[in-house]
Amino acid sequence: MYGGGYIPGSASPQETPKEDPEKLAEFEEKINRGEKIEPHDWMPYEYRRQLIRMIEQHAHSEIIGALPEGTWITRAPGFKRKLALMAKVQDEVGHAQLLYSAAETLGKSREQMINDLLSGKSKYSNVFNYPAKTWADAAIIAWLVDAGAIINQTTNSKGSYGPYCRALERICWEESFHLRYGYDTVVALATGTKKQRQMVQDALNRWWRPIMHFFGPPDKISVHTEKLVRWKVKLATNDEMRQQFLNMYVPKIRELELEIPDPILHKDPETGKWVYSDPDWDEFFRVINGNGPCNKERLAVRKKAEMMGQWVRRALHNPRQQYVTPLA
Amino acid sequence: MSDFIQSLDPRIVRLQVREDQPFEPKEAGDQWETYEVFHQAKTGARLIHVGSLHAPSPDLALVFAKEQYGRRSTTTDMWVVRTADIFTLHRQDIDIFETAQEKLHREPQGYMEVRKYIEEFKKRQQQEGTSDGSEAGSH
Repeated sequence: MYGGGYIPGSASPQETPKEDPEKLAEFEEKINRGEKIEPHDWMPYEYRRQLIRMIEQHAHSEIIGALPEGTWITRAPGFKRKLALMAKVQDEVGHAQLLYSAAETLGKSREQMINDLLSGKSKYSNVFNYPAKTWADAAIIAWLVDAGAIINQTTNSKGSYGPYCRALERICWEESFHLRYGYDTVVALATGTKKQRQMVQDALNRWWRPIMHFFGPPDKISVHTEKLVRWKVKLATNDEMRQQFLNMYVPKIRELELEIPDPILHKDPETGKWVYSDPDWDEFFRVINGNGPCNKERLAVRKKAEMMGQWVRRALHNPRQQYVTPLA
Repeated sequence: MSDFIQSLDPRIVRLQVREDQPFEPKEAGDQWETYEVFHQAKTGARLIHVGSLHAPSPDLALVFAKEQYGRRSTTTDMWVVRTADIFTLHRQDIDIFETAQEKLHREPQGYMEVRKYIEEFKKRQQQEGTSDGSEAGSH
Protein backbone atom coordinates (compact mmCIF):
# COMPACT_ATOMS: atom_id res chain seq x y z
CA MET A 1 0.00 0.00 0.00
CA TYR A 2 1.45 3.30 -0.96
CA GLY A 3 0.13 6.67 -1.96
CA GLY A 4 1.40 9.66 -3.84
CA GLY A 5 2.84 11.11 -0.67
CA TYR A 6 6.16 10.63 -2.41
CA ILE A 7 8.56 13.40 -1.53
CA PRO A 8 11.02 13.80 -4.40
CA GLY A 9 13.71 15.36 -2.24
CA SER A 10 15.58 18.53 -2.92
CA ALA A 11 17.09 18.91 -6.32
CA SER A 12 20.84 19.04 -6.06
CA PRO A 13 22.08 20.35 -9.42
CA GLN A 14 25.70 20.49 -8.27
CA GLU A 15 25.64 16.68 -7.85
CA THR A 16 23.79 15.95 -11.07
CA PRO A 17 26.26 15.12 -13.81
CA LYS A 18 25.75 16.48 -17.33
CA GLU A 19 24.18 13.74 -19.44
CA ASP A 20 25.43 12.68 -22.86
CA PRO A 21 22.84 14.37 -25.12
CA GLU A 22 22.89 11.54 -27.66
CA LYS A 23 22.27 8.84 -25.08
CA LEU A 24 19.65 10.96 -23.38
CA ALA A 25 17.78 11.42 -26.67
CA GLU A 26 17.92 7.68 -27.35
CA PHE A 27 16.62 6.97 -23.84
CA GLU A 28 13.73 9.40 -24.20
CA GLU A 29 12.79 8.02 -27.63
CA LYS A 30 12.67 4.55 -26.17
CA ILE A 31 10.27 5.69 -23.45
CA ASN A 32 8.21 7.55 -26.05
CA ARG A 33 7.83 4.37 -28.06
CA GLY A 34 6.38 2.74 -24.91
CA GLU A 35 9.38 0.46 -24.37
CA LYS A 36 10.55 -0.37 -20.85
CA ILE A 37 13.91 0.47 -19.34
CA GLU A 38 15.70 -2.54 -17.83
CA PRO A 39 18.31 -2.56 -15.02
CA HIS A 40 21.50 -2.44 -17.07
CA ASP A 41 20.24 -0.07 -19.75
CA TRP A 42 21.72 3.39 -19.88
CA MET A 43 19.65 5.83 -17.83
CA PRO A 44 20.13 9.41 -16.65
CA TYR A 45 21.46 9.89 -13.14
CA GLU A 46 18.33 11.75 -12.10
CA TYR A 47 16.02 8.98 -13.39
CA ARG A 48 17.88 6.40 -11.31
CA ARG A 49 17.94 8.61 -8.22
CA GLN A 50 14.21 9.42 -8.31
CA LEU A 51 13.23 5.81 -8.99
CA ILE A 52 15.33 4.47 -6.12
CA ARG A 53 13.73 6.97 -3.76
CA MET A 54 10.23 6.23 -4.98
CA ILE A 55 10.45 2.42 -4.99
CA GLU A 56 12.27 2.44 -1.67
CA GLN A 57 9.59 4.62 -0.05
CA HIS A 58 6.99 2.28 -1.45
CA ALA A 59 8.78 -0.78 0.02
CA HIS A 60 9.14 0.88 3.44
CA SER A 61 5.43 1.73 3.37
CA GLU A 62 4.58 -1.92 2.95
CA ILE A 63 6.50 -3.15 5.99
CA ILE A 64 5.51 -0.22 8.18
CA GLY A 65 1.90 -0.57 7.01
CA ALA A 66 1.87 -4.08 8.41
CA LEU A 67 2.10 -2.55 11.92
CA PRO A 68 -1.16 -0.55 12.13
CA GLU A 69 -2.98 -3.33 10.32
CA GLY A 70 -1.49 -6.04 12.49
CA THR A 71 -2.75 -4.24 15.60
CA TRP A 72 -6.05 -6.14 15.47
CA ILE A 73 -4.86 -9.62 14.47
CA THR A 74 -4.98 -10.92 18.04
CA ARG A 75 -8.53 -9.60 18.53
CA ALA A 76 -10.11 -10.04 15.11
CA PRO A 77 -13.81 -10.93 15.44
CA GLY A 78 -13.76 -14.62 14.61
CA PHE A 79 -11.44 -17.05 12.87
CA LYS A 80 -12.48 -16.15 9.32
CA ARG A 81 -11.60 -12.49 9.86
CA LYS A 82 -8.39 -13.43 11.64
CA LEU A 83 -7.24 -15.70 8.82
CA ALA A 84 -8.05 -13.05 6.23
CA LEU A 85 -6.25 -10.30 8.14
CA MET A 86 -3.16 -12.45 8.67
CA ALA A 87 -3.10 -13.25 4.96
CA LYS A 88 -3.42 -9.57 4.09
CA VAL A 89 -0.64 -8.50 6.45
CA GLN A 90 1.59 -11.27 5.10
CA ASP A 91 0.87 -9.98 1.59
CA GLU A 92 1.99 -6.48 2.55
CA VAL A 93 5.31 -7.81 3.83
CA GLY A 94 5.64 -9.88 0.64
CA HIS A 95 5.06 -6.71 -1.38
CA ALA A 96 7.93 -5.05 0.48
CA GLN A 97 10.16 -7.95 -0.60
CA LEU A 98 9.19 -7.49 -4.26
CA LEU A 99 9.74 -3.75 -4.10
CA TYR A 100 13.08 -3.89 -2.30
CA SER A 101 14.29 -6.24 -5.04
CA ALA A 102 13.08 -3.84 -7.74
CA ALA A 103 14.92 -0.95 -6.05
CA GLU A 104 18.05 -3.08 -5.64
CA THR A 105 18.26 -3.56 -9.41
CA LEU A 106 19.06 0.17 -9.55
CA GLY A 107 22.10 -0.31 -7.35
CA LYS A 108 21.13 0.45 -3.75
CA SER A 109 21.56 -2.51 -1.39
CA ARG A 110 18.76 -3.74 0.82
CA GLU A 111 20.91 -3.22 3.91
CA GLN A 112 21.38 0.43 2.98
CA MET A 113 17.66 0.93 2.37
CA ILE A 114 16.70 -0.54 5.75
CA ASN A 115 19.39 1.52 7.49
CA ASP A 116 17.97 4.66 5.86
CA LEU A 117 14.44 3.76 6.95
CA LEU A 118 15.48 3.21 10.56
CA SER A 119 17.67 6.30 10.77
CA GLY A 120 14.74 8.38 9.52
CA LYS A 121 16.52 9.36 6.30
CA SER A 122 13.99 7.58 4.05
CA LYS A 123 10.28 8.21 4.31
CA TYR A 124 7.26 5.94 4.13
CA SER A 125 3.59 6.59 3.53
CA ASN A 126 2.38 9.09 6.08
CA VAL A 127 -0.91 7.32 6.63
CA PHE A 128 0.83 4.63 8.73
CA ASN A 129 1.83 7.13 11.38
CA TYR A 130 -1.76 7.11 12.65
CA PRO A 131 -3.13 4.56 15.12
CA ALA A 132 -5.75 1.89 14.39
CA LYS A 133 -7.86 2.51 17.49
CA THR A 134 -10.57 -0.10 16.95
CA TRP A 135 -11.37 -3.06 14.71
CA ALA A 136 -13.32 -0.63 12.53
CA ASP A 137 -10.12 1.34 11.88
CA ALA A 138 -8.54 -1.85 10.52
CA ALA A 139 -11.63 -2.28 8.32
CA ILE A 140 -11.45 1.30 6.99
CA ILE A 141 -7.72 0.90 6.27
CA ALA A 142 -8.29 -2.37 4.41
CA TRP A 143 -11.04 -0.83 2.29
CA LEU A 144 -10.20 2.81 1.67
CA VAL A 145 -6.43 2.99 2.14
CA ASP A 146 -6.04 -0.06 -0.06
CA ALA A 147 -8.41 1.47 -2.59
CA GLY A 148 -6.19 4.54 -2.73
CA ALA A 149 -3.09 2.37 -2.99
CA ILE A 150 -4.56 0.41 -5.88
CA ILE A 151 -5.36 3.61 -7.79
CA ASN A 152 -1.79 4.79 -7.26
CA GLN A 153 -0.16 1.46 -8.02
CA THR A 154 -2.24 0.72 -11.12
CA THR A 155 -1.24 4.13 -12.44
CA ASN A 156 2.45 3.58 -11.65
CA SER A 157 2.44 0.09 -13.19
CA LYS A 158 2.28 1.82 -16.59
CA GLY A 159 5.58 3.54 -15.89
CA SER A 160 8.82 3.12 -17.78
CA TYR A 161 10.98 1.03 -15.41
CA GLY A 162 10.50 -2.69 -16.13
CA PRO A 163 11.23 -4.24 -12.71
CA TYR A 164 8.96 -1.74 -10.90
CA CYS A 165 6.11 -2.35 -13.37
CA ARG A 166 6.37 -6.11 -12.96
CA ALA A 167 6.37 -5.86 -9.16
CA LEU A 168 3.34 -3.53 -9.27
CA GLU A 169 1.37 -5.82 -11.56
CA ARG A 170 1.80 -8.67 -9.12
CA ILE A 171 0.97 -6.41 -6.17
CA CYS A 172 -2.24 -5.12 -7.79
CA TRP A 173 -3.29 -8.67 -8.60
CA GLU A 174 -2.86 -9.67 -4.96
CA GLU A 175 -4.48 -6.54 -3.62
CA SER A 176 -7.76 -7.14 -5.40
CA PHE A 177 -8.52 -9.51 -2.51
CA HIS A 178 -7.62 -6.84 0.05
CA LEU A 179 -10.12 -4.42 -1.40
CA ARG A 180 -12.94 -6.98 -1.43
CA TYR A 181 -12.06 -8.12 2.07
CA GLY A 182 -11.95 -4.53 3.33
CA TYR A 183 -15.31 -3.69 1.74
CA ASP A 184 -16.84 -6.86 3.19
CA THR A 185 -15.57 -5.94 6.67
CA VAL A 186 -16.85 -2.36 6.48
CA VAL A 187 -20.23 -3.48 5.10
CA ALA A 188 -20.58 -6.01 7.95
CA LEU A 189 -20.22 -3.18 10.47
CA ALA A 190 -22.24 -0.60 8.52
CA THR A 191 -25.20 -2.96 8.08
CA GLY A 192 -24.98 -4.20 11.68
CA THR A 193 -26.17 -2.89 15.03
CA LYS A 194 -26.34 0.75 16.01
CA LYS A 195 -23.14 0.31 18.01
CA GLN A 196 -21.32 -1.24 15.06
CA ARG A 197 -22.47 1.58 12.78
CA GLN A 198 -21.21 4.13 15.29
CA MET A 199 -17.89 2.31 15.46
CA VAL A 200 -17.33 2.41 11.71
CA GLN A 201 -18.51 6.05 11.50
CA ASP A 202 -15.96 7.02 14.18
CA ALA A 203 -13.22 5.21 12.30
CA LEU A 204 -14.17 6.99 9.06
CA ASN A 205 -14.03 10.32 10.92
CA ARG A 206 -10.53 9.52 12.14
CA TRP A 207 -9.22 8.29 8.78
CA TRP A 208 -10.76 10.72 6.30
CA ARG A 209 -8.05 13.35 6.63
CA PRO A 210 -5.12 10.90 6.42
CA ILE A 211 -6.82 9.38 3.36
CA MET A 212 -7.10 12.81 1.72
CA HIS A 213 -3.39 13.29 2.51
CA PHE A 214 -2.61 9.85 1.10
CA PHE A 215 -2.30 11.00 -2.52
CA GLY A 216 0.21 13.65 -1.57
CA PRO A 217 0.24 17.45 -1.52
CA PRO A 218 -1.92 19.34 -4.04
CA ASP A 219 -0.41 19.92 -7.47
CA LYS A 220 0.00 23.63 -6.85
CA ILE A 221 2.49 23.01 -4.02
CA SER A 222 4.08 19.69 -4.99
CA VAL A 223 7.40 19.69 -6.74
CA HIS A 224 7.29 16.89 -9.30
CA THR A 225 8.92 18.15 -12.39
CA GLU A 226 7.79 17.94 -15.96
CA LYS A 227 10.84 15.71 -16.50
CA LEU A 228 9.47 12.95 -14.24
CA VAL A 229 6.27 12.94 -16.27
CA ARG A 230 8.20 12.81 -19.56
CA TRP A 231 10.28 9.88 -18.25
CA LYS A 232 7.12 8.10 -17.08
CA VAL A 233 8.26 7.99 -13.48
CA LYS A 234 5.17 9.93 -12.50
CA LEU A 235 2.03 9.14 -14.54
CA ALA A 236 -0.73 11.12 -12.90
CA THR A 237 -0.68 14.12 -10.60
CA ASN A 238 -1.60 13.82 -6.93
CA ASP A 239 -4.82 15.77 -7.51
CA GLU A 240 -5.81 13.58 -10.46
CA MET A 241 -5.49 10.46 -8.33
CA ARG A 242 -7.37 12.08 -5.44
CA GLN A 243 -10.21 13.00 -7.82
CA GLN A 244 -10.30 9.45 -9.16
CA PHE A 245 -10.55 8.08 -5.62
CA LEU A 246 -13.39 10.45 -4.70
CA ASN A 247 -15.23 9.57 -7.89
CA MET A 248 -15.07 5.88 -7.17
CA TYR A 249 -15.57 5.78 -3.40
CA VAL A 250 -17.71 8.71 -2.23
CA PRO A 251 -20.85 7.10 -3.74
CA LYS A 252 -19.99 3.73 -2.14
CA ILE A 253 -19.48 5.33 1.29
CA ARG A 254 -22.72 7.29 0.99
CA GLU A 255 -24.64 4.20 -0.08
CA LEU A 256 -23.83 2.77 3.37
CA GLU A 257 -25.34 5.95 4.86
CA LEU A 258 -22.06 6.86 6.47
CA GLU A 259 -21.26 10.52 6.75
CA ILE A 260 -18.03 11.83 5.28
CA PRO A 261 -16.61 14.38 7.75
CA ASP A 262 -16.29 17.19 5.25
CA PRO A 263 -19.31 19.53 5.11
CA ILE A 264 -18.36 21.10 1.79
CA LEU A 265 -17.52 17.88 -0.10
CA HIS A 266 -19.44 17.88 -3.38
CA LYS A 267 -18.93 17.47 -7.08
CA ASP A 268 -18.95 20.71 -9.02
CA PRO A 269 -21.51 20.11 -11.79
CA GLU A 270 -19.67 22.46 -14.15
CA THR A 271 -16.09 21.22 -13.82
CA GLY A 272 -17.01 17.63 -12.88
CA LYS A 273 -14.38 17.91 -10.12
CA TRP A 274 -14.81 17.25 -6.44
CA VAL A 275 -14.59 20.23 -4.13
CA TYR A 276 -13.34 19.50 -0.62
CA SER A 277 -12.10 21.28 2.50
CA ASP A 278 -8.41 21.91 2.85
CA PRO A 279 -7.16 18.81 4.69
CA ASP A 280 -4.49 20.81 6.57
CA TRP A 281 -1.28 20.23 4.66
CA ASP A 282 0.73 21.64 7.56
CA GLU A 283 -0.33 18.58 9.53
CA PHE A 284 0.81 16.35 6.64
CA PHE A 285 4.30 17.87 6.69
CA ARG A 286 4.42 17.84 10.48
CA VAL A 287 3.64 14.12 10.55
CA ILE A 288 5.90 13.12 7.68
CA ASN A 289 8.76 14.88 9.40
CA GLY A 290 8.46 12.66 12.44
CA ASN A 291 5.84 14.28 14.66
CA GLY A 292 2.77 12.14 14.08
CA PRO A 293 1.04 10.10 16.77
CA CYS A 294 2.85 6.83 15.92
CA ASN A 295 6.12 7.68 14.13
CA LYS A 296 8.28 6.83 17.14
CA GLU A 297 6.47 3.58 17.86
CA ARG A 298 6.67 2.39 14.23
CA LEU A 299 10.42 2.90 13.95
CA ALA A 300 11.19 1.58 17.44
CA VAL A 301 9.26 -1.63 16.73
CA ARG A 302 11.06 -2.12 13.39
CA LYS A 303 14.42 -1.54 15.08
CA LYS A 304 13.66 -4.05 17.79
CA ALA A 305 12.50 -6.63 15.23
CA GLU A 306 15.70 -6.15 13.22
CA MET A 307 17.86 -6.46 16.33
CA MET A 308 16.04 -9.56 17.55
CA GLY A 309 16.51 -11.25 14.18
CA GLN A 310 20.16 -10.31 13.86
CA TRP A 311 21.58 -13.46 15.47
CA VAL A 312 19.46 -15.67 13.20
CA ARG A 313 20.67 -13.90 10.07
CA ARG A 314 24.26 -14.14 11.27
CA ALA A 315 23.95 -17.83 12.21
CA LEU A 316 22.68 -18.63 8.70
CA HIS A 317 25.19 -16.41 6.96
CA ASN A 318 27.37 -18.24 4.42
CA PRO A 319 30.84 -16.66 4.39
CA ARG A 320 31.27 -17.60 0.71
CA GLN A 321 28.10 -15.80 -0.33
CA GLN A 322 28.37 -13.47 -3.28
CA TYR A 323 25.91 -10.63 -3.52
CA VAL A 324 24.86 -9.49 -6.97
CA THR A 325 21.88 -7.26 -7.67
CA PRO A 326 18.75 -9.29 -8.42
CA LEU A 327 17.67 -9.62 -12.04
CA ALA A 328 14.03 -8.88 -11.05
CA MET B 1 7.52 0.13 33.26
CA SER B 2 6.26 3.34 31.76
CA ASP B 3 9.48 3.52 29.69
CA PHE B 4 7.97 0.97 27.37
CA ILE B 5 5.76 2.05 24.50
CA GLN B 6 2.09 1.62 25.39
CA SER B 7 0.87 0.35 22.04
CA LEU B 8 -2.68 -0.48 20.96
CA ASP B 9 -1.20 -3.77 19.76
CA PRO B 10 -0.88 -6.25 22.66
CA ARG B 11 1.97 -8.03 20.84
CA ILE B 12 4.00 -4.83 20.92
CA VAL B 13 3.19 -4.23 24.60
CA ARG B 14 4.49 -7.75 25.37
CA LEU B 15 7.61 -7.06 23.31
CA GLN B 16 8.56 -4.21 25.70
CA VAL B 17 9.87 -1.70 23.20
CA ARG B 18 11.45 1.58 24.25
CA GLU B 19 11.14 4.73 22.17
CA ASP B 20 14.91 5.02 22.08
CA GLN B 21 15.40 1.40 20.99
CA PRO B 22 19.07 1.10 19.95
CA PHE B 23 19.92 -0.11 16.47
CA GLU B 24 23.19 -1.23 14.91
CA PRO B 25 23.22 -0.35 11.22
CA LYS B 26 23.24 -3.40 8.99
CA GLU B 27 26.51 -4.40 7.44
CA ALA B 28 26.87 -5.51 3.81
CA GLY B 29 25.79 -9.14 3.48
CA ASP B 30 23.34 -9.00 6.43
CA GLN B 31 20.46 -9.71 4.02
CA TRP B 32 22.34 -12.63 2.42
CA GLU B 33 22.59 -13.16 -1.33
CA THR B 34 19.93 -13.18 -4.02
CA TYR B 35 18.15 -15.97 -5.89
CA GLU B 36 15.89 -15.94 -8.93
CA VAL B 37 12.62 -17.86 -8.67
CA PHE B 38 10.90 -19.91 -11.38
CA HIS B 39 7.28 -21.00 -10.95
CA GLN B 40 5.10 -23.61 -12.64
CA ALA B 41 1.36 -23.03 -12.32
CA LYS B 42 0.16 -26.40 -13.65
CA THR B 43 1.73 -29.68 -14.66
CA GLY B 44 3.05 -29.66 -18.18
CA ALA B 45 3.51 -25.87 -18.23
CA ARG B 46 6.90 -24.18 -18.51
CA LEU B 47 8.52 -22.80 -15.39
CA ILE B 48 8.44 -19.02 -15.65
CA HIS B 49 10.68 -16.48 -13.95
CA VAL B 50 8.56 -14.64 -11.38
CA GLY B 51 11.07 -12.59 -9.39
CA SER B 52 13.91 -12.60 -6.90
CA LEU B 53 14.46 -13.10 -3.20
CA HIS B 54 17.18 -13.03 -0.55
CA ALA B 55 18.25 -16.25 1.17
CA PRO B 56 21.28 -17.75 2.90
CA SER B 57 21.13 -21.15 1.10
CA PRO B 58 19.29 -22.90 -1.76
CA ASP B 59 17.15 -24.88 0.71
CA LEU B 60 15.93 -21.76 2.45
CA ALA B 61 15.52 -20.02 -0.90
CA LEU B 62 12.95 -22.69 -1.77
CA VAL B 63 11.16 -22.20 1.55
CA PHE B 64 11.04 -18.43 1.01
CA ALA B 65 10.00 -18.94 -2.62
CA LYS B 66 6.97 -20.89 -1.43
CA GLU B 67 6.05 -18.03 0.93
CA GLN B 68 6.72 -15.23 -1.51
CA TYR B 69 5.59 -16.62 -4.85
CA GLY B 70 3.28 -19.50 -3.95
CA ARG B 71 0.63 -17.80 -1.81
CA ARG B 72 -1.96 -17.46 -4.58
CA SER B 73 -3.67 -19.84 -7.04
CA THR B 74 -1.86 -23.09 -7.83
CA THR B 75 1.77 -24.15 -7.83
CA THR B 76 3.00 -27.47 -9.18
CA ASP B 77 6.74 -26.82 -9.07
CA MET B 78 9.35 -24.20 -8.24
CA TRP B 79 13.04 -23.74 -8.98
CA VAL B 80 15.51 -21.33 -7.47
CA VAL B 81 18.94 -20.41 -8.78
CA ARG B 82 21.58 -18.08 -7.36
CA THR B 83 21.47 -14.82 -9.29
CA ALA B 84 25.28 -14.89 -9.38
CA ASP B 85 25.12 -18.14 -11.39
CA ILE B 86 23.04 -16.67 -14.20
CA PHE B 87 24.87 -15.48 -17.29
CA THR B 88 23.15 -12.70 -19.18
CA LEU B 89 23.83 -10.78 -22.35
CA HIS B 90 25.29 -7.35 -21.93
CA ARG B 91 22.54 -4.82 -22.53
CA GLN B 92 24.63 -3.12 -25.20
CA ASP B 93 24.73 -6.43 -27.11
CA ILE B 94 20.95 -6.81 -27.28
CA ASP B 95 21.00 -5.36 -30.81
CA ILE B 96 22.58 -8.57 -32.14
CA PHE B 97 18.99 -9.68 -32.71
CA GLU B 98 18.22 -6.59 -34.74
CA THR B 99 21.11 -7.19 -37.16
CA ALA B 100 19.71 -10.56 -38.28
CA GLN B 101 18.60 -10.60 -41.91
CA GLU B 102 15.04 -11.55 -42.78
CA LYS B 103 14.38 -15.05 -41.53
CA LEU B 104 11.60 -16.27 -43.83
CA HIS B 105 13.63 -19.33 -44.76
CA ARG B 106 13.29 -20.44 -41.11
CA GLU B 107 9.57 -19.87 -40.83
CA PRO B 108 6.42 -21.53 -42.18
CA GLN B 109 5.40 -18.19 -43.75
CA GLY B 110 8.34 -18.63 -46.12
CA TYR B 111 6.59 -21.60 -47.75
CA MET B 112 3.07 -20.38 -48.45
CA GLU B 113 3.14 -20.40 -52.30
CA VAL B 114 2.79 -24.15 -53.00
CA ARG B 115 -0.92 -23.94 -53.77
CA LYS B 116 -0.23 -21.21 -56.34
CA TYR B 117 2.44 -23.34 -58.03
CA ILE B 118 0.15 -26.37 -58.15
CA GLU B 119 -2.73 -24.38 -59.62
CA GLU B 120 -0.43 -22.87 -62.26
CA PHE B 121 0.96 -26.30 -63.02
CA LYS B 122 -2.54 -27.75 -63.46
CA LYS B 123 -3.54 -24.89 -65.73
CA ARG B 124 -0.46 -25.39 -67.85
CA GLN B 125 -1.09 -29.12 -68.10
CA GLN B 126 -4.65 -28.48 -69.16
CA GLN B 127 -3.63 -25.90 -71.78
CA GLU B 128 -1.03 -28.25 -73.22
CA GLY B 129 -3.66 -30.98 -73.32
CA THR B 130 -6.21 -28.87 -75.29
CA SER B 131 -3.69 -27.40 -77.74
CA ASP B 132 -2.38 -30.86 -78.67
CA GLY B 133 -5.38 -33.15 -79.06
CA SER B 134 -3.28 -36.27 -79.60
CA GLU B 135 -2.24 -36.31 -75.93
CA ALA B 136 -5.81 -36.33 -74.56
CA GLY B 137 -7.32 -39.74 -74.10
CA SER B 138 -4.29 -41.53 -75.53
CA HIS B 139 -3.68 -43.41 -72.27
